[in-house]
Amino acid sequence: MAERRFPAGGSGGDGGGATGPAEVAATEAATTKLAGALCDAALAGDRRSLSRLLTAVENRTSLAETALRRLYPLAGRAQLIGITGPPGAGKSTLVAALIAELRRVGRPVAVVAVDPSSPITGGAVLGDRVRMQAYAADDGVFIRSMASRGHSGGLSSATTAAAAVFDAAGFDVVLIETVGTGQSEVEVAATADTTVVVEAPEMGDEIQAIKAGLLEVADIIVVNKGDRPGAHRTASQLQAMLAGTPREGRPGRPTPKHPEVLVTTAATGQGVAELLAAIDRHRSVARDADGDSARLKRAEAQVWAVLVDRLHERVRSLEGAQDPRAVGADAASEKPTAAGELLRAVASHDVDPYAAADAILARLIHGGSTP
Amino acid sequence: MLARGLRDEGFEVVYTGLRQTPEMIVTAALQEDVDAVGLSILSGAHMTLVPRVCSLLRERGMDDVLVTAGGIIPDEDVPALKEAGVAAVFGPGTTIATVADFLRANVRPRD
Repeated sequence: MAERRFPAGGSGGDGGGATGPAEVAATEAATTKLAGALCDAALAGDRRSLSRLLTAVENRTSLAETALRRLYPLAGRAQLIGITGPPGAGKSTLVAALIAELRRVGRPVAVVAVDPSSPITGGAVLGDRVRMQAYAADDGVFIRSMASRGHSGGLSSATTAAAAVFDAAGFDVVLIETVGTGQSEVEVAATADTTVVVEAPEMGDEIQAIKAGLLEVADIIVVNKGDRPGAHRTASQLQAMLAGTPREGRPGRPTPKHPEVLVTTAATGQGVAELLAAIDRHRSVARDADGDSARLKRAEAQVWAVLVDRLHERVRSLEGAQDPRAVGADAASEKPTAAGELLRAVASHDVDPYAAADAILARLIHGGSTP
Repeated sequence: MLARGLRDEGFEVVYTGLRQTPEMIVTAALQEDVDAVGLSILSGAHMTLVPRVCSLLRERGMDDVLVTAGGIIPDEDVPALKEAGVAAVFGPGTTIATVADFLRANVRPRD
C-alpha cells in the first residue's frame, strides 16, 4: 500500500505573479491567519495541523516562514539525534529499535526519515516507515518521511526546521535518518546534537570507511547486525583505526572526534539501551566541552539557507529590470547594469563572473530594495 | 511496482509495506500529509478494509484525501466502494500513466 505526495513543483507558490497589491495583501493576511491557526492547533496536540506545518516547511512556503517565526522561540529543548550510514546497514531497523527504547522510558519521539529524490523526475519512493509502522496507535510517536529534493545545502535547513516544529510541539527527541552517501545527507546528520554512524559487519574495510568521510562526522559508531559473524572484529578494527586520531586538532581545524564504538543487533533490540545511554552521555559531555557547537552549526545552516533564499529573490527581482525601458533608464543615469544584462555579458565573456557578482552585490547594497 | 512507476512520474511515494491495518494506513496518511492514499488489496477483504480506511480518514478530518484502490476487485464491488468514498478502482493491467494522470487531475489543490 502506498501513499503519494506531489513533489515541490506546483504546491510551493502563494500569490501569483500578476496579482495587484490589494490581492497580495489579502493573500498575506490569509496566510498569516492560517499559519497562526495551524500553530495553535499543533501546539494543542492536533497531529493533522502539525503534519500540515511540516509540509509547509518542506515546501518552503511563506506559511512556513510565518509559522517558524512563531514556533522557533518555543523550540530548543528537544534532543536531536542524527542516524546515518551506508544503505543496508540497518538504519531504519535501528531507528525502530530506538523508538521502542525511548517509548519504554516514556519519551515522546519524532522521526524525520530522508530518502533521495530522483534527479531526473523529482519523484521519490520513501520506504523508511515500513519498519516503523508498529507505532501507529501511539500518539507519542510521529514519523515523517522527507525526500531530499536535490536542494543543495537546503536539505539540512529543511530537516532542522522540521525538527524545530517537532520540538515546539513537545517532542523530546527527534531522530533524523539519512542515507550516508552524498554530502548533503551526511551534513544533515552532522547538524544533530549527536551523530550516530551505522555500519554493518564486513561492509566496508577500513579504507572504505575513511574514503566515505562518514566516520569524521560520527560522535558514536554503531556496528549493527551484531549477531553476524565478524561484527566484533569490525568493531575492533574501527577502534584500532580511531585510536590513531590525535587528541588535539591542528591550529584552525576542529578538534577531532573520538567516537565510541558500539555493537547492536537492532532486529532483537540487543545493545540499543546501551546505545541510548551513550547518546545521552555524548550530549552532556559535548555541551560542557565545546559550548554546543552542534547548535551553532544548526543555526548556521538555517540562517545561511534563508540568506541564500532572500539573495536569490533579490537578484531575481533585479533581473526583472530587463525591461528595455528600465535598462535604458539605468544607462542614462549610469547606474550598474541589471542582472540579466550582466549574465549575458558573462555568457559572451565580455565580463568575468567575479566582476558580475561584485556588480550585483554593489547594486543590492547601494541600489535600495526596489529594482 | 506501482511505487516505482509513480516515482518515475515525478511523485513522492510513501511506501508503508504489506499487510497494514486501516489504522496504520490512516496514521501514515496523516503524519505524511498525503494528497492521496492508494490501497492495493489481493486478499479479498476489500469490502471491509477499504470502507474502514475511508471512514477513519473522515473521522480524522482528512476527507479531502483522495482514496484509490487496486488489486483483485470484482466489478460488482466497485459501486459499493465508490459509495464508501473511493475515487477510483484500478483493475489489473491498468497502466502507471493512467493512475498518474488520474491523481494529477483529482487531488485537492494545496494551500
